[in-house]
Amino acid sequence: MLSTALAIAFGLVTAALALTLWRLLRGPDEPDRILALDTLYVNSIALLVLLGIHLSSELYFEAAILIAMMGFVGTVALCKYLLRGDIIE
Amino acid sequence: MLDITLSVLILIGALFTFIGSLGLARMPDFYTRLHGPTKATTLGVGSLLIASMIHFSSQGEGISFHEVLVTLFLFITAPVSAHLLSKAALHLRVKSLAAPPHEVEEADSGEGQ
Repeated sequence: MLSTALAIAFGLVTAALALTLWRLLRGPDEPDRILALDTLYVNSIALLVLLGIHLSSELYFEAAILIAMMGFVGTVALCKYLLRGDIIE
Repeated sequence: MLDITLSVLILIGALFTFIGSLGLARMPDFYTRLHGPTKATTLGVGSLLIASMIHFSSQGEGISFHEVLVTLFLFITAPVSAHLLSKAALHLRVKSLAAPPHEVEEADSGEGQ
């Protein structure tokens, strides 16, 4: 039961990653691409959590926390660049 | 019982993650596209993290608290990044499907552009 649910969930999250990648490549404006990058890191956190359940290993949470922090900093830096034309003033 | 709860939570989480990205890919303009991934972050990843918390707590080594950190961080940062993204989009005057408010239209025509 759990392995079937995990297989379906892996498929769905991978499809979500593919859709986000399509928006990242296509996105007509810069904010669209930044939003796609933001969604990409959230989806990769979801994939890592699923992998942690699948392999019964808590090791992957450290990676998930790191991705969450670095992804947020990246989004803020890119938005600041669009807003002000500079990141560190 | 535990298996069923876990499977349902995992399926709900994955479904919401997928729907969020579908919204990102399919919505017509940037401001509506901003909606989808926000739901994916809170509902999708939230219920996946609850599922993994139940899973690792049932392994017998006490209650697992790693997930709370990820959840807390995601829930704090998601509104901030959405706010910054919409501010950047407004600054760049990204096209919206909604008509601009009346005052903005007047101010724009007043600048003579």
